Amino acid sequence: MKLHRITALLVRHLYLYRRSLPRIMEIFYWPFLDLVIWGFITLYLARYQSQVPGFVTFFLGALILWDMLFRSQQGITIAFLEELWARNLMNLFASPLKPSEFLTATMAMSVMKVTVVSIVMAGSALLFYSYNILIIGAWLMPFVLNLVITGWIIGVFTTSLIMRFGQEAEVLAWSMVFLFQPISCVFYPLEVLPTWLQMIAWANPAAHIFEGMRTVLSAGASPLGNLAWAVCLNGVFLVVVVAWFYRTVAYCKEHGLLVRVGE
Amino acid sequence: MAIPVLKASALTKRFGDFMAVNEVSFEIRPGEILGLLGPNGAGKTTTIQMLLGLVTPTAGSIHMFGLDLSTHREEILQQVNFSSTYISMPQALTVEENLCVVARLYGISDRARRVNDIIKKLEMEEFRSKTTRKLSSGQMTRLTLAKAFLTEPRILFLDEPTASLDPDIAEKIRVLLKEERRASGLSILYTSHNMREMEEMSDRIIFLQRGRIVAEGTAREIIDRFGKADLEEVFLKFAREQQQSS
Repeated sequence: MKLHRITALLVRHLYLYRRSLPRIMEIFYWPFLDLVIWGFITLYLARYQSQVPGFVTFFLGALILWDMLFRSQQGITIAFLEELWARNLMNLFASPLKPSEFLTATMAMSVMKVTVVSIVMAGSALLFYSYNILIIGAWLMPFVLNLVITGWIIGVFTTSLIMRFGQEAEVLAWSMVFLFQPISCVFYPLEVLPTWLQMIAWANPAAHIFEGMRTVLSAGASPLGNLAWAVCLNGVFLVVVVAWFYRTVAYCKEHGLLVRVGE
Repeated sequence: MAIPVLKASALTKRFGDFMAVNEVSFEIRPGEILGLLGPNGAGKTTTIQMLLGLVTPTAGSIHMFGLDLSTHREEILQQVNFSSTYISMPQALTVEENLCVVARLYGISDRARRVNDIIKKLEMEEFRSKTTRKLSSGQMTRLTLAKAFLTEPRILFLDEPTASLDPDIAEKIRVLLKEERRASGLSILYTSHNMREMEEMSDRIIFLQRGRIVAEGTAREIIDRFGKADLEEVFLKFAREQQQSS
């Protein structure tokens, strides 16, 4: 891998964000709006459901962590869509750029997005609801890292689908992640799911992170088991999805789809 | 005879039942301009896409600088570039920003100077700070040509490079191509629907029809072989034959 090629893609996206208000809004406006709405709902529910301990803590913590996963996935998929919309894929894939460098650049973009969104959301939560995400403690960092990787997995998977099926599949960039939300147990514990769905959720790294978060916040116990599951599942899925991305690139080249994907 | 910088051997591409390129073999020598001619659907674009590694051949091989494209993609594409009227560049970036990104992508040192030089060379100063979406089609063509020249390639693939340019700029581009060829030994694969331009620019011409090479030689040799007055008449003959058979 060559650093200058990865940097080139990052610079290209930073140029884009520098002068595009809608793209800036995507980073600041929507996460902020999400937080405000969910914050008020949480306060309202907390008033009447006071028997549920740490209601505000659960909901706002979960919301901020979920948004990190969502922005991580978006960082990958939107970076690809930007190339597609700009009809720039031919320029990139006819250059010495390798698929691994392309993926690394989009992953770096997603980390930048997650960082900015996290600061915006955590700061807003503190300011408006006196909620400090740092109460999760030292577990916060491994939780976030795992959610970012889960976001990459969903992002690379979605990108492969868009590359394979063309621009008509671009709606997946926004909808795919929500397919994972019910089985990520973001706002409720795994045990509320039907048994058959619990088994599926168990294979989802994000579900272990949110379970782990609740373990820390409710009992102050160690979520090491959940974390270990998340790390292993993320490792396996990341390898599988990257291999699938490579296979998709090869398939698109065989069928001439790479040059038609933006049409 | 000089060793070819590009050698395509029995290049074949089949999409399902459709044979887009059928056992096409040709070479380009250092400093040579090879014209690729043929009616729409003859296989020109698919051939160029295979040479750029964007489409995998069904059969055959591509060697550039003595290296196999299927195993040395990175080394080869570092020394190759292309320009086409059918591509674009990121619309929200300025001309200069787009060129800077390309310079980084190819690991060019002294980026600012090289970008400045190419902007001057292609007379793009007046719109260097314009966002790409505001460019006219002629300015856009100049930008994609600048992108191609910026990396100082050894082989350049040009797909209708002067199609949307006014005659003055088109002439300047042709002069520039000839100069680059003379100065750096640049080899060029050139497609155009402007037959006079093809005659003027190409050292040799390959005619494609239904994915096969049907004629090869200098413009004069091809015109004489088919007993026509000029290259345009030869083109029309092949285009009509292809139309009738489809």
